Amino acid sequence: MSIKKPVEHIAKATPPSIARRVRGLSDRAIAWLFVGPSIVLLLAVNIFPLIWTINLSFTNFKANRLRDAEYIGLRNYERILTDADTWQSMQATAHFLFWTIFFQVLIGFALAYLINKKFKGNDLWTTIIVLPMMLSPAVVGNFWTFLYQPQIGLFNYVVQFFTGVEASSFSMIGSVTLAPWAIVIVDTWMWTPFVMLICLAGLRSIPDSIYEAAECDRASKWRQFWTLTVPMVLPFLMLAVLFRGIENFKMFDLVVQLTGGGPGSTTLLTSIDLKREAFEKWRTGYASAYAVILFVTVFGLASIYVKALNKVKER
Amino acid sequence: MSGFSVTEPSKRQKWFAGLLVITYAVVTLLPLLWIIATGFKSPADSISYPPKVLFEPTLEGYVNLFSTRTRITPSMRETLVEPTTWYEQIARDSGTVIAGPSRYGQRFLNSVIIGFGSTFLSIFFGTLAAYAFSRFKVPIKEDLLFFILSTRMMPPIAVAIPIFLMFRQLGLNDTQLGMILLYTAVNLSLSVWLLKGFIDEIPLEYEEAALIDGYTRFQAFYKVVLPQAATGIASTAIFCLIFAWNEYAFAVLLTSGTAQTAPPFIPTIIGIGGQDWPAVAAGATIFLIPVMIFTILLRKHLLSGITFGAVRK
Repeated sequence: MSIKKPVEHIAKATPPSIARRVRGLSDRAIAWLFVGPSIVLLLAVNIFPLIWTINLSFTNFKANRLRDAEYIGLRNYERILTDADTWQSMQATAHFLFWTIFFQVLIGFALAYLINKKFKGNDLWTTIIVLPMMLSPAVVGNFWTFLYQPQIGLFNYVVQFFTGVEASSFSMIGSVTLAPWAIVIVDTWMWTPFVMLICLAGLRSIPDSIYEAAECDRASKWRQFWTLTVPMVLPFLMLAVLFRGIENFKMFDLVVQLTGGGPGSTTLLTSIDLKREAFEKWRTGYASAYAVILFVTVFGLASIYVKALNKVKER
Repeated sequence: MSGFSVTEPSKRQKWFAGLLVITYAVVTLLPLLWIIATGFKSPADSISYPPKVLFEPTLEGYVNLFSTRTRITPSMRETLVEPTTWYEQIARDSGTVIAGPSRYGQRFLNSVIIGFGSTFLSIFFGTLAAYAFSRFKVPIKEDLLFFILSTRMMPPIAVAIPIFLMFRQLGLNDTQLGMILLYTAVNLSLSVWLLKGFIDEIPLEYEEAALIDGYTRFQAFYKVVLPQAATGIASTAIFCLIFAWNEYAFAVLLTSGTAQTAPPFIPTIIGIGGQDWPAVAAGATIFLIPVMIFTILLRKHLLSGITFGAVRK
């Protein structure tokens, strides 16, 4: 790179005064120029709506009516928190959260552990396992309703093939007891790869020398696994749990396509409940309060969790 | 490879691990293969019991996907002229005539426009912001970065209520522009975080050398930093694109007609007399295949990107 070229270029392209001005644009000005658009956009599409939601949550506004909204204080919050249906959908969400994370951590870690054995072609198979999580949850969830059909569905047929239970005798998404598990199965199928990838990153971050040292100390493989591998991967695993937790707390697309919240309200997760209040019953004020409660919940839980995570990392 | 190592798994262990992983991969792939296969089945084959693995492939699902049809009686059929194209023939064989094109093509096009438009914008603004965060002293930087990340914690439905009202006010409801702006904002948080990581990795010395050479900050940015960050930018772009491509919650609430993308549309495909599963599967196949191919081709960058974004923090 010659020194002359750019200088000449500027000299030719712009009059000296402007050139100096551009050149003289302070780093600070450039910084704001660069960060500005992003901040403005995020303010417009995220923060401004959030403030608006908080404001609406104190009103009885209905978006499909012209009537002006009235401020009704905390009545929306009171109603939501004393409503049995809200608690039921909270319970459905908790069930969904707990079991999806449980299975995804279990299977995801096991897969990562096996892939880390570096058998031939492991990266191609890893990619194939990852495929479900890259796809549209709504489109795939919709197709799973077809796989779950009692008579003709592939899922029921496979179950019959392996367990002998008659394929037409059960309906995964039509039965009150099975539907909560139907959504857990699809979510686990879709998102186990995510946990697996993060665990794999954790496993690969452990230096070989630690195992070599343990081997010198004659620690058994079993002991090495529990005293070295697991603690070293734990921060990664906890991070994966955090991400899956936040995502599944927000869960909407996959489940709305699979069960639509039914049968009854057995799979009515909070997001689906919220959507019904806001865009079907058009209780905008009420739904806004609901949204605020959900946001505070997820934010609060995530903050507590991050604190715990940092403690684990420090150890 | 080197000789004996205590950490290298034995042959038997590798073989066993491989067997288990491949078994899982095959099982996990089954639903996806079933989607692709169903797209080539006739409606009767698609709902047969037991489920058919071997069948006579037909393009009926694809013809139904792209067309609207009306049913005709055999006596009416006598009076019609012979079909001139292969797709008219397929429709005729199933007792229908093609009335016109379906809306799938247009919905797919919306997905392409909104996906690429929002990806471009979120990468453009994201790169600028990431560069500034990486290289300059920005006041309250940590707070801003956390603020950017925290916008991802909100449930989409919660944000959708005021956005719906705001878009209605501005006339952005059910427009491509509205969806592009919305997805840009949603993707920005991801792109800023990922790109900041990539730009942090580029040694400062390159730019300093360029500045000493007489480059301005802007020139140093686009002549030195951008080429160095190209791989990172490309993989971030793919993440943004995949997000916008797959997004459903905002799309179903904020679009209903002209700007509707494919994900809310595909589940609504209904044939004559009940859900037309081959057509749904055909629509899903066309929609999902590009992402699958992308994932397999670009696996090196993508897989590290997923963990990168998560592990970095």
